[in-house]
Amino acid sequence: MKLTLKIWRQKNGQTKGAFQTYSLDNVSGDMSFLEMLDVLNEDLINNNEEPVVFDHDCREGICGACSLQINGEPHGPDALITTCQLHMRSFNDGDTITIEPFRAAAFPVIKDLMVDRSAFERIQQAGGYISVNTSGNTIDANTIPVDKASADAAFDAATCIGCGACVAACKNASAMLFTSAKVSQFSLLPQGKVEATQRVLNMVEQMDKEGFGNCTNTGACEAECPKGISLEFIARMNREYLKASIKG
Amino acid sequence: MSILDSKIPKGPLAEKWAHHKDSINLVNPANKRNIDIIVVGTGLAGGSAAATLAELGYNVKTFTYNDSPRRAHSIAAQGGINAAKNYQGDGDSIYRLFYDTVKGGDYRSREANVYRLAEVSANIIDQCVAQGVPFAREYGGLLDNRSFGGVLVSRTFYAKGQTGQQLLLGAYSAMNRQINRGKIKPYNRHEMLDVVIVDGKARGIIARDLVSGEIQRHSAHAVVLATGGYGNIFFLSTNAMGCNATASWKVHKKGAYFANPCFTQIHPTCIPVSGEHQSKLTLMSESLRNDGRIWVPKKKEDAIAIREGRLEPTDLKEEDRDYYLERRYPSFGNLVPRDVASRAAKERCDAGYGVNATGQAVFLDFASAIERYGKEQAAIHHISNPSAAKIRELGEEVIRSKYGNLFQMYEKIVDKNPYKTPMMIYPAVHYTMGGLWVDYNLSTTIPGCYATGECNFSDHGANRLGASALMQGLADGYFVLPYTIGDYLSNDIRTGAISTDLPEFAQAEKEVKERLEKLLNVKGTKSVDNFHKRLGLIMWNKVGMARNAKGLKEAIEEIRALREEFWKDVRVPGGLNEMNPELEKAGRVSDFMELAELFAMDALHREESCGGHFREEYQTEEGEALRDDENFMYVAAWEYKGAPSESVMHKESLDYENIKVATRSYK
Repeated sequence: MKLTLKIWRQKNGQTKGAFQTYSLDNVSGDMSFLEMLDVLNEDLINNNEEPVVFDHDCREGICGACSLQINGEPHGPDALITTCQLHMRSFNDGDTITIEPFRAAAFPVIKDLMVDRSAFERIQQAGGYISVNTSGNTIDANTIPVDKASADAAFDAATCIGCGACVAACKNASAMLFTSAKVSQFSLLPQGKVEATQRVLNMVEQMDKEGFGNCTNTGACEAECPKGISLEFIARMNREYLKASIKG
Repeated sequence: MSILDSKIPKGPLAEKWAHHKDSINLVNPANKRNIDIIVVGTGLAGGSAAATLAELGYNVKTFTYNDSPRRAHSIAAQGGINAAKNYQGDGDSIYRLFYDTVKGGDYRSREANVYRLAEVSANIIDQCVAQGVPFAREYGGLLDNRSFGGVLVSRTFYAKGQTGQQLLLGAYSAMNRQINRGKIKPYNRHEMLDVVIVDGKARGIIARDLVSGEIQRHSAHAVVLATGGYGNIFFLSTNAMGCNATASWKVHKKGAYFANPCFTQIHPTCIPVSGEHQSKLTLMSESLRNDGRIWVPKKKEDAIAIREGRLEPTDLKEEDRDYYLERRYPSFGNLVPRDVASRAAKERCDAGYGVNATGQAVFLDFASAIERYGKEQAAIHHISNPSAAKIRELGEEVIRSKYGNLFQMYEKIVDKNPYKTPMMIYPAVHYTMGGLWVDYNLSTTIPGCYATGECNFSDHGANRLGASALMQGLADGYFVLPYTIGDYLSNDIRTGAISTDLPEFAQAEKEVKERLEKLLNVKGTKSVDNFHKRLGLIMWNKVGMARNAKGLKEAIEEIRALREEFWKDVRVPGGLNEMNPELEKAGRVSDFMELAELFAMDALHREESCGGHFREEYQTEEGEALRDDENFMYVAAWEYKGAPSESVMHKESLDYENIKVATRSYK
């Protein structure tokens, strides 16, 4: 395949960025999208140019490091995968592909396609945990049975990889899907119910502080989420937040 | 008498750890507030250690090259975590887990450490459940288990194919609680580039802020390395792209011994290499071997026909298939340990029975499991005379619920539907059993410098059993290190804060800067990846799944030559004071090229086959590994003397008092 790539280049957070166009020959369908960028970077280095900077690590869809807005969609055209799992067979010979960083006020650009997602860190630090010490002197793991449906639902919420695609997909750059997944994982389990009230209040407060937008129930987040995190978790968080606010 | 003191406590095996905990010194809570600890790496071993140390009251700084601690590569572990809970009532016990681990490691691990690991394993599950880790459960609400290779009981706890993710998020949540309290200060997107030694003790590190490029000094009373393994020395591995050996190697060069570098795990079930563009390999969890059967065609002509696309594997008759693991190892079958399964796959492919275009793949087939589960489901749902299609549908549903995400991952990469046609798999580098030498307290040979998780060597011998890496990482971090480090720090309660203005910090910082500038100033013609790929090829071809003296000697020469070429001809674009991933990679690859030489030297000196280390000269007539307990039942701990080639080996002999050393058989 021969491709034209329009890639966002930006030296750092203080300077303005712009698109630059590159063409790439001999792209194989078996390459992953990031391997295609590796090939481009190898060419750039050989031509004494600076390679394109992007976040990536595990390259198997689980660490949540990779991002990229590909032709306007977070993680590209295919559903339920991350950019590192996207393969070039999803594109055609002669295609022009536009590659941008995730766009959100709360995700400032660090360089080229790499953004700063530390706002997610702070939301989790505000309450994304159960307050038990790690001494090991807890009760036996089977003391409290957990019904399978709740355990499975908690797992579904917990599969969030924290990549930020939900924010990038949302016209309001809202972080509700991310935050609600964390809130729900804990509140669905008996161990997490004890602190549920304070947790939801603290995490939502931090989310608002970080400058994420509001949720208007468009559902773009769920559609673009590589792990298929359900909008139902947002509804659950709203219920919990309301309940907690009345109690508080 | 060896200069290595493993500090194994006296007394009966089952009482060592309890007795040790009772007799070591403690630090009182008020004094803990005056003590700083640096934890490098935030995977299971580092994240759990950081959280627990902060809970205890120490001031902790964590370092990770990722933008979040949660992205450490523990996150990618799929299948599960072992624990001797015996919830299934199938005869499991602490002793049995201990025994399986020592046997699985081919009698090259330290008995007392392994016993302690088995002993605390049950606590890990209690701890994780209390933290909100959503393990798989039965309909009755209790925890579910499955089996892994090399054992005859079901002791593996899991969360679908994402157990590592869930456990790491648990440790990360415990970290977050301490970050919120101000007891952990996280340094994300920071990389440790050297350790600082003051008066013979580890007193801090030099780190680079990867965003600004700033070189920083950080001091502490102790430094904990939880930096994972060095599998990326092979370029292609199942490790994440950023996994590296820099922290361990720098510490090694400052005095920490490096143990058994040649013990590498080649995992049998990975997606085969598809082309030269390949940047990494993807693992398919060992849990798949619970239900998948491994085979190649019996006849070479069938293998060739499949390779050339003239024959579909599903069309090959049952009697024309060679389920070679079931044939060679009837008692363990498809669930033999990883080293055995990997070598058997290589043996079949080398003999010409490989099934993909490159001839480097075997089948992992779920057809029988789908049929078995389908019939079972039909019976449960009282469907009489179900059609073959109905059985298939019901069976596929069961397989989907167990391994859905793995099947999806496979299909995305290979573009073939594994429900309909068998998966193709081949071994790939996955884990390194070797690592920094540590004593029973997890201390390296540098006082105040500790190593936990994959970056130490102690628990897995020459081969690690599945679902034991997660167990070790969390055991070290939650339950072992927080006790043992207190014993050391109890001598530091009057020390006060360590100043970063000490000349040792200035000197270490200067050396780090000079090395980075040197990398930038080579201004050669070839990219870092170019060198890394060539290093990987040397390692895979000559220091990989099968090794021999001639190949190893050649590899050592080739590695030296490549290293020389690197320092003359590498091209690292960009500058020092900015985000520069090429500079990061260059530093890591330059360290890999030094470690690689020691790795090959270690493989050359170990004239036996054991676990993941297979020397072609030492095998039985049936092609099984031939161990030499008389001459090699020791840990080879290497001391750095200015260059890898000058390294001096020290031996820690391994004494098994509670286990009968035997030839490992899974037949």
